[in-house]
Amino acid sequence: MTEAVLRTERLCKHFGGLAAVNEVSLEFFSDQVHAVIGPNGAGKTTLTSLLSGDLRCSSGCIYLDGKDIAGLSADRISQRGVGRSYQKTNIFLPFTVFENCRIAAQSRLPSSMRFIRPALAYREVMREAERALEQVGLAGRGQEPAATLSHGEQRQLEIAMTLATRPRVLLLDEPLAGMGSEDSARMVELLQQLKPSHAMLLVEHDMDAVFALADRLTVMVDGRVLESGTPEAIRASAAVQEAYLGVEEPQ
Amino acid sequence: MSHSRTTFVLLACLLALALLPLFAEKYYIQLFTKMMIMAIFAMSLDLLVGFTGLVSLGHAAFFGLAGYVLAYAAPQYQAADLWLSLPLAMACSGLLALVIGVFVLRTSGIYFIMVTLAFAQMLFFLFHDTKIAGGADGIYVYAKPVAAIAGWEPFTLENHVHFYFVVLALLALVYAGLRMLLASPFGRVIVGIRVNEQRMRTLGYRTYRYKLVCFVLAGALAGMAGYFAAAQFGFVSPETLSWHQSGGVLMMVILGGMGTLSGAVLGAFGMILLELGFQGLPVVGGMDIGKHWQLLMGGFIVCAVLLLPHGLLSLGRFAPRWRRKPVEAAE
Repeated sequence: MTEAVLRTERLCKHFGGLAAVNEVSLEFFSDQVHAVIGPNGAGKTTLTSLLSGDLRCSSGCIYLDGKDIAGLSADRISQRGVGRSYQKTNIFLPFTVFENCRIAAQSRLPSSMRFIRPALAYREVMREAERALEQVGLAGRGQEPAATLSHGEQRQLEIAMTLATRPRVLLLDEPLAGMGSEDSARMVELLQQLKPSHAMLLVEHDMDAVFALADRLTVMVDGRVLESGTPEAIRASAAVQEAYLGVEEPQ
Repeated sequence: MSHSRTTFVLLACLLALALLPLFAEKYYIQLFTKMMIMAIFAMSLDLLVGFTGLVSLGHAAFFGLAGYVLAYAAPQYQAADLWLSLPLAMACSGLLALVIGVFVLRTSGIYFIMVTLAFAQMLFFLFHDTKIAGGADGIYVYAKPVAAIAGWEPFTLENHVHFYFVVLALLALVYAGLRMLLASPFGRVIVGIRVNEQRMRTLGYRTYRYKLVCFVLAGALAGMAGYFAAAQFGFVSPETLSWHQSGGVLMMVILGGMGTLSGAVLGAFGMILLELGFQGLPVVGGMDIGKHWQLLMGGFIVCAVLLLPHGLLSLGRFAPRWRRKPVEAAE
């Protein structure tokens, strides 16, 4: 078996007395989708934030390609090929759709300490931004202000920005949240396409999407890993049935 | 406003400023020189406040320091060399910005406002309470800097018209330079930082570095303005470093319209003209209105902020609407 691209070891995050993430050890392999499910407050978003560097872990290790990256800042982790999308849409609302992607793609220039040539003259960056917009199905919408997009389209833009940074590891925090069924289907198809070249963490409430995409499935409850394994094994697990799958999620 | 229209308005303004010395008296030439110097100062602050989202209340530190550098660079009772003292003054202001920036840029929001203010006040009291540069009394700049290149003087700053054109050229240069900067990858990054710094970080930008470079650049440009202000006035006092000065230039940026370079220029011009206008009001019924100009100024700023949230610049939006009306009626 190949080595995990991303691996956590007994990862913990405490907020005061609350252990939002508690001794979580997970592995993420290239060409695989590792879905994390669990009720609200289970620590899924916190886990994503720990992996992306938005939050610092209280203890434990995060290995990217075998090197410990726990404690690195978010920008360094991003530069090492980890891209993240947010559950709450986190885009540049006053910018155009295209500029959102362009600024994301520009981050892959060796440095943006460039003061003279216009940003729009960097053809490589422009192409990359176009490509990302095409991937999520927003081509042709580039000149609209991001603020005028519908909620679902903003979600698509969110993913496009992440893709424009050319990550190897994708951390997707509820990419389908608030999307219509048509957009959802398109997004699932896109994620399916991205699978062969990426290691993916997928936090998602949409069980159809999760079972369509996931190669591995982890169920979190109260910051802990309740169960981790293949989707079939999880579906059969009595503990999971009781804690999560059996009960309809009140949305 | 369309792109070509903006360019047209800008060129018209530049032409008007270039023609001003032909018919204006010395007093007005010097007044406009002062306004253009303050416009450079306001643009340098706008780079921080309007574009990067860093509300600094200590920007006068860099402005004032450059004036002191000029005073120090000149041998006593003699003129300084422009080509040496100007870069030196800007470098000192930039260096000070680097030192202050390393600390203040670790904070944000209200804390950033407080620490920039604190650093500037430290510098104010350093010059005010010690004898290193005349203390509270300030220090004279006896002669204007000399711009000699191997004995040949292309212009002399002692001549107020020459001084005017040098400052006008610098204003145009700084404006054009900042426009270029803002269109560059660096410029896009600082605006991204203002809009959503956290997202910029997850996109892979080390935002601290960009903010620091921006802070140093703004400091050096404020130094350029401070240098010419000191040269024009012929006197430097701790007041040039004070928080009144920092607040005043912030007011110019807000009044003119944050986040646009022309807004900052407009704010600087508008503020100084208003000040003069209010001061010049006559005595009515035994009450000297002009003496209480600050009261009127305050009232005006309150009204301007309430009615024109995007500053004086947003007045420009009314102009095309008036002109378009008859066309629509004809259709």
